[in-house]
Amino acid sequence: MSKASFVVRRLLQLGVTFWAVGTVLFFLFRLMPGDPTAFVVSAQMTPEARQQVIESYGLNEPLYIQYVRFLENALTLNFGQSFHTNQPVREVIWTYLPNTLVLMLSAFVVAYILGIVLGVLTGWYRGSRFEKTTVVTALTARSLPTFYVGLIVLWLFGAGLGVIPMSGMGTAGQSYDSFWARIFTLDFLHHLVAPAAVLAFYYMGYPLLIMRSSMMEVLSQDFIDVCRAKGLSERAIMFKHAARNALLPIITAAAIALGYAVGGSVLIETVFGWPGLGREMVNAVLRRDFPVAQGTFMVLAATIIILNFIADLLYGYLDPRVTYD
Amino acid sequence: MATQDKSSIFADIDEGEVDQEDENVDRWRRNLRLWRETLAKQWRMLTDDLMVRLAMITIAFFMIVAVFAPFIAPRGPLTRQYEGDAGIIIADWVEPSFLSSESEYLLGTTAEGFDIFSQLVYGSRAALLVGLVAAVFTAGIGTLVGLTAGYYGGKIDDTLMRIVDFLYGMPLLPTVIILVALMGPSLWNILFAIIVLQWRSTARVIRSQALSLRERPFVKAAQVAGASDWHIISRHLAPNVLPLSFLYGAFAIAWAILAEAGVSFIGLGDPNTVSWGTMLQSSRAYSALDFGAWWWFIPPGICIGLVVISGFLIGRGYEEITNPELR
Repeated sequence: MSKASFVVRRLLQLGVTFWAVGTVLFFLFRLMPGDPTAFVVSAQMTPEARQQVIESYGLNEPLYIQYVRFLENALTLNFGQSFHTNQPVREVIWTYLPNTLVLMLSAFVVAYILGIVLGVLTGWYRGSRFEKTTVVTALTARSLPTFYVGLIVLWLFGAGLGVIPMSGMGTAGQSYDSFWARIFTLDFLHHLVAPAAVLAFYYMGYPLLIMRSSMMEVLSQDFIDVCRAKGLSERAIMFKHAARNALLPIITAAAIALGYAVGGSVLIETVFGWPGLGREMVNAVLRRDFPVAQGTFMVLAATIIILNFIADLLYGYLDPRVTYD
Repeated sequence: MATQDKSSIFADIDEGEVDQEDENVDRWRRNLRLWRETLAKQWRMLTDDLMVRLAMITIAFFMIVAVFAPFIAPRGPLTRQYEGDAGIIIADWVEPSFLSSESEYLLGTTAEGFDIFSQLVYGSRAALLVGLVAAVFTAGIGTLVGLTAGYYGGKIDDTLMRIVDFLYGMPLLPTVIILVALMGPSLWNILFAIIVLQWRSTARVIRSQALSLRERPFVKAAQVAGASDWHIISRHLAPNVLPLSFLYGAFAIAWAILAEAGVSFIGLGDPNTVSWGTMLQSSRAYSALDFGAWWWFIPPGICIGLVVISGFLIGRGYEEITNPELR
């Protein structure tokens, strides 16, 4: 199979996956016991307004027409309006998604730099005490729930020492011209440090462990012996030859992990009161604000699907030995 | 996994000893013997590792605590120990007995007047139930689907793998949250939601293993000899992927417990059972953090961490069996 047809086939699969997620979401919310209109109209509406909303959603039409309309709307992220604020769901998404991405990306950059360096070292110094301690630390980091570590960090540094804010993304009462003007302030950084550090500590373990086993595999290959025979320094072999070859699985793993991290942002955002998409989804679910819940969920799923797709393409691009079949 | 040749530690049992045995021996007894030897061999390899042994002791410890919870816990986990003024919600807690000599509660009480130590003991039940049931189903469904897809190939494979692809597109925690919110917050619903998503990774890995196994001479030989598909899957493929199933089962314990704790922490936990996640949730809801009531929120997290890390360690021990290059 050629590369082009591989990409086309993967794109088709991407479309099918999107359709499947949307379909499941549609039927989940409608097959629930009770009045289906309860999910899009709130009790506080006037009868006229209710009728209008029901019609605009096509809720008076047969299920299959509703379904087609839902898919059409989903393509344009048109999930209706929030019951709570009457804001269009699309706007809610654009307000909260960047906040989640900023938090996740900063945590990921730190986690992957640390994880890769430590992974190279542990793979190289295999069997040493350093390796054992690092691996156990990494496993511990992955075993403690992020929200728990977050609670402890808040207790120690927030409530105890008072050096980090207890919640939120910025000090109340300040306004900024744009998103970008906001995130390059010291105040923002001050709020970002704790949640990003907790996340980085958690996500660090994954690249570390992959890098370690990847290094071990690379180190057992013949070309490493050739490097030694050529008289290269250990440091040059470690970073230039071994690490570079071992890096491959990390890159695709990072793309996939980032997708799931955005999906898993729910907990850390809840603990730190970070106004991101995950927390918004939880709030919407708890308030039974179904349009927002559906819309935010769809975006979280889309992030994963798209990043998985990118990872697949990257894999073939980075490793010419990969065959497409 | 690229290390199939090395990992097939039971190939000798599979092809050698058993086939030479008297054909008249009961097939079931032969099957059982094969499985028993496989398991015994793996058990020996696994318990060689000190970390794995510690992890198993930890899990065993929590299992004992869970089984004997009513005898260990001094009080009921959801029995109010005292009534507050005028019977409204008690926003006052008793300190642990090691901090205040007047207290008779080992770890103090919650703001609602529940004994924290008893909650901790009973919480092990929810955690282990979720972890073990999820592990069995995740590994079981995943292995069955993976073997079927990998062995038959073609349309069956395509269909099953598209379902797996779809599940990979679902974010774990948000999906569980939505499902639980729609189905109602109970431990079984949480468990169901976790299992629905979790078998995906087991299925994918087992399938790729089965794809390579079905091309190997012993499978071809069995096919030529007229063995049924089910016979080949259960006798020739399954024993060879068993370590991988266990590996994913062990990891599933960890992920399921983390997921349950997360969902409970958000406030969608089972209101009628106590889990470590719901303990953390209520400690946060009553601002134990701001009041510095650390004995309320530190212990449940440590318990979660201990059980989860044990699952990971057993999983890693198993990984070394399946992939000897890591050793």
